[in-house]
Amino acid sequence: MTISGPETASESKPRGPAARFETQFAAYRREKRTYAFLFIVAFLVCLGAAAITAKFDVITLIQGLPRTTEFLVKLVPPIGLATFAHDVGEWYWGIGSWLDSLLNTLLMAFLATVLGTAMGGFLSFFAARNLARHYLTYWVMRRLLEIARTVPDIVWALMFVIAFGIGPLAGILAITVHTIGAQGKLFAEVNENISLLPVDGVRAAGGTWFQEIRFAVLPQVIPNYMSYTFWRLELNVRSATIVGFVGAGGIGHELFTSVQLLYFSDVGAILLIVVATIMLIDVLSEMFRHSAIGKASFAQ
Amino acid sequence: MSVRLADITAADIAAERVRFPRAYAPSIRERVEFWLIWGSGTALTLYCLYRFGFFSAGFLHGVSKFAAVVVAQLFPPTGFANLPMFLMVMGETVAMAFMGTLLGAVFAFPLSFLASRNMTRWRPLQFGTRRFADLLRSFDYLIWALIFVRAIGLGPLAGIMAIAIVETGTFVKLYSEAIENLDRKQIDGVTAAGGDGLQRIRFGVLPQVLPMMLSNTLYMFEHNVRSASILGIVGAGGIGFLLADRLRAYELQEACLIIILIILAVYAIDHLSKALRERLIGDNRRREPVDDAAQQ
Repeated sequence: MTISGPETASESKPRGPAARFETQFAAYRREKRTYAFLFIVAFLVCLGAAAITAKFDVITLIQGLPRTTEFLVKLVPPIGLATFAHDVGEWYWGIGSWLDSLLNTLLMAFLATVLGTAMGGFLSFFAARNLARHYLTYWVMRRLLEIARTVPDIVWALMFVIAFGIGPLAGILAITVHTIGAQGKLFAEVNENISLLPVDGVRAAGGTWFQEIRFAVLPQVIPNYMSYTFWRLELNVRSATIVGFVGAGGIGHELFTSVQLLYFSDVGAILLIVVATIMLIDVLSEMFRHSAIGKASFAQ
Repeated sequence: MSVRLADITAADIAAERVRFPRAYAPSIRERVEFWLIWGSGTALTLYCLYRFGFFSAGFLHGVSKFAAVVVAQLFPPTGFANLPMFLMVMGETVAMAFMGTLLGAVFAFPLSFLASRNMTRWRPLQFGTRRFADLLRSFDYLIWALIFVRAIGLGPLAGIMAIAIVETGTFVKLYSEAIENLDRKQIDGVTAAGGDGLQRIRFGVLPQVLPMMLSNTLYMFEHNVRSASILGIVGAGGIGFLLADRLRAYELQEACLIIILIILAVYAIDHLSKALRERLIGDNRRREPVDDAAQQ
């Protein structure tokens, strides 16, 4: 591509502002087109490479789509209007144990959020550049939090299942570790944005490190902490529904078993419970964030 | 007039406390609310700790086993002989994220216009599209992957479809929010110059929303590299399969190498995409042809 640059010098200088605009506009468009062309070429190269690497096969996909719809149709058993109550009752034959798993899932998410937020919040003071006393503390803490949150929670779950066996405990610990990483980072960023004047005040009055945090930092950061925590609870409910896929408790376990055993109507029933719960939590969490904390304080 | 701290006696403070009780202590209602919320929260937490066996001997046993079996055996990472294979599968993972994000964006683009209040006048259609997008989004990637593995078989295609479906939901939401926030004046300008519906979108809407859409898409690609790295756990392709396999076979040192690879890949993609996003948005802001002309 040999566009832009020297040729403008060889042209005679345009006179009026309109003509000047025209030349500049033409040059601008040429440049823009070159960039767009290069971008499209790069994009197509990426697309080709990705399609080959990921073995993207349109024929398999088209053949698979009818089977997907077939699968989706089988999720809901035939429900007659006349026998509505009976059919739904039949469909939800396992409602007792499913609701029990659902309660487990919600409590797992709650506990993991509480534990993770408490620990992540504590560590965030060491991971904030302005509050950590040594650069080394800050750097090490940041890296640890990064590892805790970059490793997906389901991978933590796989590891905790090895040590704690199958059950919700492994799932709680997995989500807790991930939450520590996520909250630690977000809280540290909140901490870095505070005004340091109150901290200086407490320090000048002879306060200890704990008193600095308690009386100078916390009052400034609590609203943001709260909104991040509600948001995290929402995300953790989602996580808690899937850690069961690797045996770490919750309703995901029931879902996984039903899919493996091809009990399609059970899968449909459980999916409906999951989606209803997640939508409800979404709405509740949004209400909480907006009413208790106020729209403005929810950063992002 | 100034008050010196040394002149204030305990009696003065007591008098002030009686005059302005609210300035010195919270009201009874506030105190009751505070203790109710924190009390019930603590009680629920303790109950959960008890319910899930944190106070049992099994928990301590698990902790010691975790330290002895898992943490101690993770290091040092081994299996470097398999590194080329791991890298190839990691490439497949990134490719899955790329294809899934792209398909999601392609599906979501037309739908997002239907879901925007200022583009679709017929309210039920707009509202219905939004709720449909919410429905797609509310299932996790792994749940969709589980479904697609059953429907189209094991392999990366199931993972791509899972990402594409969730991303369709996310992008419809993000794109339609961008469209709803655009400036009406440019569209009015195109209409005044005699532009039809398609031209209004091409010259009035797209120039305003495209940088935002590209930036969001890149951001979700970044996010999906993380998601794609776990989809293999249910058999939907990518490095997750190898990782789950090694962890279940107690080959922790090899698993450690895979985890390190995932972390490095996620970092690399994060930085690349952040640089690209800054360029995309920054570039558009800096170069306005009319501004260049006006400067002379």
